[in-house]
Amino acid sequence: MTDAAVSTDPLGLNEDRTKEVMTVNVGPHHPATHGVLRLVVDLEGEIVRELRPVIGYVHTGIEKSCEDKSYWKVIPFVERMDYVSFFFQMEAYCGAVERLIDLEIPPRAKYLRTLFLELNRIHSHLVWLGTTALDLGAISMLWYCFRERDKILDLFEMATGQRMHTRYFQVGGVIEDIPLGFERKCRAFAEEMPVRVGQYQDLLDRNEVFLSRTKGTGIVSRERLLELGVTGPLLRAAGEPWDLRKAFDYLVYPELDFKIPVGTVGDNYDRYRVRVAEMVESSKIVLQCLDALPEGPFIADDRKYVLPPRSELSTSMESLIHHFKLVTEGYRVEPGEVYYAIEGPRGELGCYVLADGSAKPARVHFRDPSFVNLQAFRDMALDGYVADMIASLGMLDPILGGVDR
Amino acid sequence: MPDGPGLELIRGEIERDCPGAVLATSYDRHQAALLADPARVLEVLRWLRDAPGQRYDFLSSLHVADYLPNEPRFGVHYELINRDRVERVRVKAMLVDPGDDQLPEIDSCVELFPTADAQEREAYDFFGIVFRGHPNLTRILMPDDYVGWPQRRDFPVGGEPVTFTYSEQRFD
Repeated sequence: MTDAAVSTDPLGLNEDRTKEVMTVNVGPHHPATHGVLRLVVDLEGEIVRELRPVIGYVHTGIEKSCEDKSYWKVIPFVERMDYVSFFFQMEAYCGAVERLIDLEIPPRAKYLRTLFLELNRIHSHLVWLGTTALDLGAISMLWYCFRERDKILDLFEMATGQRMHTRYFQVGGVIEDIPLGFERKCRAFAEEMPVRVGQYQDLLDRNEVFLSRTKGTGIVSRERLLELGVTGPLLRAAGEPWDLRKAFDYLVYPELDFKIPVGTVGDNYDRYRVRVAEMVESSKIVLQCLDALPEGPFIADDRKYVLPPRSELSTSMESLIHHFKLVTEGYRVEPGEVYYAIEGPRGELGCYVLADGSAKPARVHFRDPSFVNLQAFRDMALDGYVADMIASLGMLDPILGGVDR
Repeated sequence: MPDGPGLELIRGEIERDCPGAVLATSYDRHQAALLADPARVLEVLRWLRDAPGQRYDFLSSLHVADYLPNEPRFGVHYELINRDRVERVRVKAMLVDPGDDQLPEIDSCVELFPTADAQEREAYDFFGIVFRGHPNLTRILMPDDYVGWPQRRDFPVGGEPVTFTYSEQRFD
């Protein structure tokens, strides 16, 4: 007998490799990452053992660019951060500047802003539902959701002239009144929307594949979510009824009648149910805003901050001077700082503006909910299957334009 | 928000438990802020989080502002929420720029508020503020090999040359 025994498995083909940890790179260009998110995942078989999100691929330095623009020119910049919830970015920024200069906006503007914010919330949730259901294999959902989304974009186009990035909110109110016929179209949409949501639920709620991929996956406890600073539908799905629309007093939310949907377990199915229920609540808010829409000016009448009406420019010298001053230099803001937070579709969207006395903000910072919520992704995906990781990422609903800014 | 007197009450109670940790208060545009001693900011945050009857236990945002040309230059802001009383308070720590390529330092609050992890990395990335005790203080949005602190006020806009095919020879 010699020592040189012949191995029965020279290539190691029969070796048990299921316990071997393999590092896999997902993204940054992958349709299921909802943007340019890169994930470095350590896999043991199909189980996720470690996860590191790598972000920054669409960092464009918007916050830095804002420091070089006068206050009113910043508005179209900040819209492009979280490109699905542009009205919310505008409201956060305009609201912060209005608090800095202590400018009260007229009631009609408040109602119009609330109306468009809630339409935008439905729009954002529709994009989320369509793409996430697509990730989970329900391709037809994308077409149904984008059909309704297109109606919202039509409404935006009708009122503002643009389908996305509308630059509709101004410091002091909104840029122009809603056109004739908008109310009828908007009401028809808001009455139809709950029916459509019911149809989505009919498609998904008894879908075996959808249920088995969402129920019981991606659970993170409510305490852990609070530690991680997660807000919005993710937190509410875990049973915490925290919504800034109810908690803090801004726009006309205290006067409206709506509910805060909450979940129980905090799994992906709860996240789906909470967002879907929010769409119905938002369409109720839209209807209430249309019913209660008061007459009157749609923008404040303070000529130091608000452009004069176009018709006055040919008759009034003062208006021409104000117009010239506002368009060339902008307005100066007394030194001070404000942090103003609103409830975006993904959670607390905060805007911090620092004024140094000049006509340009010294610092504009956005506390983006996607950026903070993304920290909970590791907790959601750890020790689950890769497939559940993709489901959790969809349910997390990050918008990478907002994460990277 | 706590109102002006409410803020003074909070300050009085912190003063009793950690004397000298809060340097000043400010109540401006309906927003309450406590100016904390940067060396003892964790004491203030821990007191606000844990003291009986307070429960400012949700850190909603951590961000930095550059107050150039004022000195101290950097302000680290902690926006805290008390979800029971539905109140916000801002804790602010002002840091001096040590100069000579030294970076300003402050204690990391990741132990108290795990949510600060990414936001402290962002502050380090853009302002070069070192958070002592942070588990992984690396750049988060800018490339790892980037040099400079782009959100500082003395960092020029457009300081980054963009190379296009036709302009390559101009930036060699």
